[in-house]
Order: sequence, then C-alpha cells, then structure tokens
Amino acid sequence: MSESKRTIELTIDGRKTSVPEGSTLLQACQGLAIDVPTFCWAENLTPVNVCRICVVELEGARTLVPACSRKAEAGMVVQTESERVKLSRKLVLELLGSSVDMSLASEFQALATKYDAHPERFGPRAPRAAPGEREAARAGHHYAEDGEHAANVAQPKKVDNELFVRDYAKCMLCYKCVEACGTDAQNTFAIAVAGRGFDARIATELEAPLPDSACVFCGNCVGVCPTGALMFKAESDVREKGEWDESRQTVTDTICPYCGVGCQLTLRVQANQILRVTSPADHSVTSGHLCIKGRFGWGFVQGKKP
Amino acid sequence: MDLEHLSQAPTDAETRAIDALLGPAAPDSHGAPVVHGPTPREARARRTFLLPALIALQERVGWISPGGLGYVCRRLGVPPAEAWGVATFYALLAVEERPAAFAHVCDDVACASRGAEELCSAMEARLGPCASSAHRAEPHAPRAGHAARWAKSPCLGLCDQAPAALVTVAGERPVEQAFGGATLARVEEALAGKRVAPASFALASLGPRRLLARAGDAKATTLDGYAALGGYRALERAFELGPEGVRKEVNASKLVGRGGAAFPTGRKWDAVARHVGKQRHVVCNADESEPGTFKDRVLLEQDPFAVLEAMTIAGFATGATKGWIYLRGEYPLAAERLASAITAARAAGKLGARIGGRDVAFDVALRRGAGAYICGEETALLASIEGFRGEPRTKPPFPVDVGLFGEPTAINNVETLVAALDVVRDGAASYASVGTAGSPGTKLFCLSGRVARPGVYEVPFGTPLSALVEFAGGVPGGKAITGVLLGGVAGTFVGPKRLDLALSFEAARAAGTTLGSGVVFVMDDSIELLPMLRRIAAFFRDESCGQCVPCRVGTVRQEELLARLARGAARGGLDVEKQLLAELGQAMRDASICGLGQTASSAIESAFVEFDSLGPLGRKRS
Ligand SMILES: Cc1cc2nc3c(=O)[nH]c(=O)nc-3n(C[C@H](O)[C@H](O)[C@H](O)COP(=O)(O)O)c2cc1C
Ligand code: SF4
Ligand code: SF4
Ligand code: SF4
Ligand code: FES
Ligand code: FES
Repeated sequence: MSESKRTIELTIDGRKTSVPEGSTLLQACQGLAIDVPTFCWAENLTPVNVCRICVVELEGARTLVPACSRKAEAGMVVQTESERVKLSRKLVLELLGSSVDMSLASEFQALATKYDAHPERFGPRAPRAAPGEREAARAGHHYAEDGEHAANVAQPKKVDNELFVRDYAKCMLCYKCVEACGTDAQNTFAIAVAGRGFDARIATELEAPLPDSACVFCGNCVGVCPTGALMFKAESDVREKGEWDESRQTVTDTICPYCGVGCQLTLRVQANQILRVTSPADHSVTSGHLCIKGRFGWGFVQGKKP
Repeated sequence: MDLEHLSQAPTDAETRAIDALLGPAAPDSHGAPVVHGPTPREARARRTFLLPALIALQERVGWISPGGLGYVCRRLGVPPAEAWGVATFYALLAVEERPAAFAHVCDDVACASRGAEELCSAMEARLGPCASSAHRAEPHAPRAGHAARWAKSPCLGLCDQAPAALVTVAGERPVEQAFGGATLARVEEALAGKRVAPASFALASLGPRRLLARAGDAKATTLDGYAALGGYRALERAFELGPEGVRKEVNASKLVGRGGAAFPTGRKWDAVARHVGKQRHVVCNADESEPGTFKDRVLLEQDPFAVLEAMTIAGFATGATKGWIYLRGEYPLAAERLASAITAARAAGKLGARIGGRDVAFDVALRRGAGAYICGEETALLASIEGFRGEPRTKPPFPVDVGLFGEPTAINNVETLVAALDVVRDGAASYASVGTAGSPGTKLFCLSGRVARPGVYEVPFGTPLSALVEFAGGVPGGKAITGVLLGGVAGTFVGPKRLDLALSFEAARAAGTTLGSGVVFVMDDSIELLPMLRRIAAFFRDESCGQCVPCRVGTVRQEELLARLARGAARGGLDVEKQLLAELGQAMRDASICGLGQTASSAIESAFVEFDSLGPLGRKRS
C-alpha cells in the first residue's frame, strides 16, 4: 500500500518535513512531535472535524483549517501556534467550557490554562433544563435569552438501563458515539444527531429509552466518548457516591474469555469492583471496539447474578 | 435494525401518501423494502427519497407521526434514529401532532419594518401563542405545542410584499400558499383553505432588461409562450458551439456565481467536464433563504423554462445527464410552475433521452427543502438531497470533484444559470456591453425595507447604490436613508456616508463589503438598530446546523451579548462587550466549517463600525 505512495513535502512551524501522500496535517505534525490538540478526532474513527480545536493556519487559505482532517499537500506552509490559531482555540475552549460540563474531558483544563481561556466571561451558567425540555426544542425556534446567563446544555442524566448512563450535560457533540454505533464499528445505528443548532443532541428515534431502541449495548459509544457523557453505570454510581478514587484503582490488561476472537480488555477496578472496561484503540483485533459480553458481562466476577 | 419503537401502524392516509411517492409495498412485506440485501447503490437510491417521503407525510396529515415515520423507515431501509435526526432538522416538518391548517408568519427584518410585529400580535390575540412560545410556557410538558396553529418564521422570500405569511393546509389535496400583504383576515382565509389574492410588487430594469426579459409576461410560463419570447434559442446556439465552445464563451464572459461566493462559473463547468466517463450532475440551487432575498423566486415563478433551458445547457457543457433543482420549501408557487414546466419540457422533447432529436440526454428532478437556510450551502444541499441531515462538510474536496452521491457536480444559483443563458445566446462580448471591466453584465437586486417601491431590480454592474435606491423611489415620504443592509444578513451594513458605493464585485470587495445575494434592505430612522441586530443574531442561532463548536455556541453567545446591550446591561462596559464580539467574530470566521458560521457576525460587527457616529448603537434612545 505505502510503497506506491508519493511523498509530500511541506513546512510546519518553519520546519521542512515529508509525509506519505494522503496523510493529514495532524499526522505530519505528529511526525515532528508538534502537539496539536484534538477532541472529536480519534484514530479508530472517520474524522468529522466538528470541534475545531485542532485548527492550524495554512498560508494562503482564507480561514484556518482542521489539522485532523485536512490532507497534506506539496508546498503547504503551516503555522500551528500563530496568534490566529491561539485565538480560535481559546474561543473554542471558552465556548465549550461555558456550554458543556467538560470536567471529565481529559486535557481540557490543561488546554484552558495554556490558551488562557475564561469560559466564565460569558456570564454565570443558566440553570439546568427541566426533564424533556431540550428534547422539546424545535428546529428554527428558540427562546431568546436575556443574556444574563450563558445558555448551556445542563440537563438531567438519562438512566434507563443497568449498563451505562447518558449524562448529556457533558456532551460536546463530538459525533464519536454516533460514528461508533454506525459504520465505523457497530453498524447498529441506534443513535443519531437530532435537532438543529444549539438544540442539536444525540438521540434515539423519538428520544426513546435505549432499551426500546435498536441499541445492542455493545458499549462502543461509551468507549469512544471523550467527556464522560457516556459512562458505565458502575462508574457513575461510584462517582455519584463521591467514592471515585484513582489512587485506589488498578488497571489490568487481559484477554476476553468469552469467544475465540481474542479481544484485549483493559479493566479498571476499585474495591474489587470492575468500574470500566475498554480496549486499546490501536489493538489489531478490536480497534478499541467490543461486544456486550466483553464490555459489560462481568457480573459473575462480582458474584452478581447475570 | 430494531424498529420496535416505531412499530405503530401508519394510518391509511399515511400509507397512501407514501405509496403514492414510492409505489406500493410488496404484499406481505409489512412495508419492508422490496430489495433484500441492497447494494450500496440501491440503498443510496432509496435514501434520497427520505426527505420527499417526510414532506409527503407533512402535506397529507400535517405532521410526522411515529406510525408514518416507521413506515417510511421500513420502505426505505433507513434506521429510525437517523430518520428522526433528519425529521427534526427541518423547521417545516412537525414531529408532534397539530392542526392540519398552520400559518408561518414572517417576523424577519424586512417584514419587521413593515408591520410584522402588529400582525404577530393580532395572530396571538386571535389564534393563541406562537408554537415556539407554547413550549416555553410549559417546559415541563414537552409536547405542549399541540394546539398551536401558527409560528413565527424567518424570511419567506416575499420581502417585496412584506409582511408575508406561508399557510399550509394538509390533506388529500394539500393547499400551500405563500403571500405578501399579510393581514390577520388574509391569514385566516388561507387557514380556511381559501385562495388568497397575490399582493403587488415591482419588477424593473435600469438599463437593458436581460435577466428580467420575460418576467412579468404570463406567456413565459407556457412552453409555446416561452419559445415565442425567444426561448430555447440559447440551447440551439449551445448545440452549434459544442460543449467546449459553450464553456469557452462562459469563461470569456467572466460570469461569476450569484449565490454569494462569486466563483467563476466557467471554471466550475470546466472542472466538472474534466471527469469524462463518470456520472455527472447539475444542481440548481434554488434554496434562496438569505433574509431579504427574493430574486430567484421571481425568476423561478415567472420564467421557469429559462431555468430548465439553462440547466440543460450546463448539462451539455459539463457532460452531466442528471439535473436537480433544490427549491426551498417555502416557495409553493415556484414548485407548481417548475413541476408543470418540467412535464411540458419532457413532453416536447426538451428534456429526456434525446433532446431536440440529438444524442444529448438530460433530465431534471425537482426536490423541495423543508425549512433550513443551511441547505443553501452547497455541501449541505447535497447531503439534504441524499437524505441526510443538511450538515455541510469541509472542502476540499469540492463538489466539482466529489458532489452529489460522491459524483462530480456543478452547483449553480438560479440567477447565475439564467445569466449564462444570455451569455451563450448572445456571446460573451455582447454580454459585457454593460457593466464594469471586473463585473460584466447585469445583476438582480432585491429592494426591501423602507423603500417606496420594493421589488426586484436589474441594473448594470457599477450602478451606484444610491442611484438604485432612488430608482426604487427612495424612502417613502422623502425621508433620509440612514443606512442599507447590503448582501443580506451575511453581508454588511453600509452607513449613510458610503451610499455612493458602486455595485460591482470589485468595488464591494474594496469597500470591505459584499453584494452577497443582492439584498438591498433600506433603512430610515423608523428602524431601531438593536432589535434588528438581535433578529439577525437569532436567525443565525436558529439556522446553524449545530455541527461545529464556533458556530453552534458562538451564535448563541453573540445573541446573548446583543440581548445584554439591548437591556443596557453591558457586562463590564461597552468596550469589553465589543472586544468579546470581535473575538467571537474572529473565531467564527476563522474556525467554522462553512459560510454560515464564517459570516454570522459580519453584519453585526459592521453595524458597530458603520453607525458609530450615530451613537454607540446606531440610534439615540428616545
Ligand atoms: C449558509 C449558506 C447559504 C447559502 N444559500 C444559498 C442559496 O440559497 N442559494 C444559492 O444559490 N447559494 C447559496 N449559498 C452559496 C452556495 O454554497 C454556492 O456557493 C452557490 O450555490 C454556488 O452557485 P453560484 O456559483 O452560481 O453562485 C449559500 C452559502 C451558505 C454558506
Ligand atoms: S451501546 Fe452499542 S448499539 Fe448501543 S448506542 Fe452504544 S454503540 Fe450503539
Ligand atoms: S455523548 Fe460523548 S461521544 Fe457522543 S457526541 Fe456526546 S461527547 Fe461525543
Ligand atoms: S458553520 Fe454553522 S452551519 Fe456551518 S457547519 Fe458549522 S455549525 Fe453548521
Ligand atoms: S479534532 Fe479536528 S476538528 Fe475536532
Ligand atoms: S419575507 Fe419577511 S423578511 Fe423577507
């Protein structure tokens, strides 16, 4: 595959580099050990380039371009930390931070510090939406806010099954779960983006509870969610009790015992309880994706009845 | 695929409406798709009927019921969650039951300057609260919209006849009427299913009448009449020139797109023509939803064959055999005229497998939108035709290479196509006999707001803005113009000191503004700037597809900021707010995926610059 590929030369932050044709600017940056932040990108999913934290400045282009999906072209001259880039990243962080609970998104706080982002300058957060309120919003209509509070997606958790919870107050709409449920992994299409604009949300048909939808509870959406919006019920319960304590946790790699495929599992355990099961995104067998048994079928270890 | 939640049976009316569109379901299939294990091509071919099917339900029963949605999913093999995602994307599709007769009343900028507020108050007094405020009243009752019979609407493309309304009555024979001169009485008449007389409007040319040559002449809406007015001579000429010759002429004319981006049309056609051997498409972008824009509607309603002839020429020049018209859902009269023009053109051999008896194939499908400004953005438009949510994607690749169904596609605005007709028929040199060196030819402008004779005006490029406004009668009562919103809400304000601006692409660019979609919204001192800016901000917030962070959240923050200013509650002082707006604008411009986010702060930011001399916010508080 790669031997027939041409090599492309470009300049990033004043450094010349060459990458195989078809590489993204992100890959080119990674080759130079230049850090480009990402939220909606993942190595095991098709880039949707919606979060825009990865934007870089491309000489000659009218706008900034998303490094995660823009293909490298010969002769490109790219700046990854120009003033324009920094401003856009700062604003993306502020817009996310003021509208979504990003407290569990890894790196968010570090990036906010790095780019001097102050989400609070948009004002105090508006109160949490009532149950069903966000789902009732209709395309083309909204209630004009008075500007006193910053509108946000705070809303009650959706707890409709024993395996995982959906806390969309933490949803940054990165589309990863939709991709994992769709053609990138599961091909089940149980969830999609519904609504429009600020009222867009991840939903099943008619906002039905997951057990009434096409969901097969593979948990692949949970595995890719970057913000903790989708979370193992076990983990969510422990966190809600205020007992989450990483210093008391172990992380163990093992192979799923259920079938012959040989999926690698990573188990996060606290107080003898399995709180989270993942698989490495770069694992040759799973690409990070599992089935319901490998993901959730560990009740017997806990001595629970299945 | 689990369809459990949508297992409710459709009603007979719903089944019939869908079967009329898709053909009857196979017996005993419970409406499941006839094809099993569809190839990607077959799946794609069915998915493109998703939006037409949802519109069919809306027109038949007035909403998308769970039973109806489930039936559509089974017939088309579309996962219900995705169909729900599509149904909830469009403002004209209701996903909760409501009365069959429903009114959309425009409260956008042009109508607001001509009595929309009073009309909406009257509507509220007679018919109860607007559908969206019904949700607000009882957020705990998520399905509280039920009984509402009307809703406020963004621009309906009838600003020349403001205030405007769109009234739909669902049923076996649905009645859809969009009309200006709207009053409570006229809206109620339409809600009762009665025909409402059209309002009057101006059509005029300052210079040669080219784009409007046939508009206003009823003959042009029949094929024979169109031919008698010189129709189809351009197509004959195209056949003489050959595909390459046509493209050469279009390139030589320096014709650029009238949809807003001003991209050279000849280059676009060349790029598509290069894909020899592939299925290629021509798409006519008739989504015209930029507030203040109505020129394309006039062409589509009054000169439908010209649009078909021009598309055929574009198909011939690019090697495309499939044409698509994506018409905004709020244009029922244009839909009617186009549908009958397509039928007549097919019957006369002007569309089909052998056009004019030659070895040239081209046919046109008419697709209707359902209330989404973003679907005018070219990649969103393609997604919408394909049956997906109207979400734009980053470019490159451009549609000329990867377009409809992944195939090379030339997308052009209605006015661009009609202008190409003149170029091909009369030649590039003749076309350039008026206009400027950088912008040859003529251009349509949509005059609305505080102007004596609102309407569509054709003027040679280079005409001063002030001359155009004067030609349209100036401000009623001889009052002074306080400013113009030029190019649409994605354009900029032009303050009173700059009204001598020459209307050409190069002069606009040099002045830091844009002709955009040809909007000339005229203001006098009766227009309060801040409420207008808030309406513009609300529009972008409503119409953002929601995909990317800068636009999805940035448009909300922008609206909140203006709300604070309107209340005199600037946070940290006006300068801090201005800085915040500037940073928001910069990030939206730089980091948004598409032109909507990139221009969402354009008019608003320009207001602060253009109207600075009038006080901090353009109007002294009285
Ligand atoms: C938000 C948005 C809305 C648009 N709406 C329209 C429209 O309604 N009609 C149109 O012709 N172009 C519209 N455009 C521009 C199209 O993307 C595209 O550039 C145009 O159809 C190309 O045709 P042209 O080259 O003939 O102008 C829109 C662009 C954006 C970003
Ligand atoms: S658990 Fe699996 S099937 Fe269910 S929504 Fe998540 S990805 Fe889709
Ligand atoms: S739920 Fe998680 S994975 Fe899904 S869109 Fe929201 S943040 Fe992304
Ligand atoms: S800029 Fe706005 S409309 Fe365009 S893709 Fe982003 S969210 Fe959607
Ligand atoms: S990581 Fe590139 S846009 Fe999200
Ligand atoms: S029709 Fe109301 S503003 Fe255009």
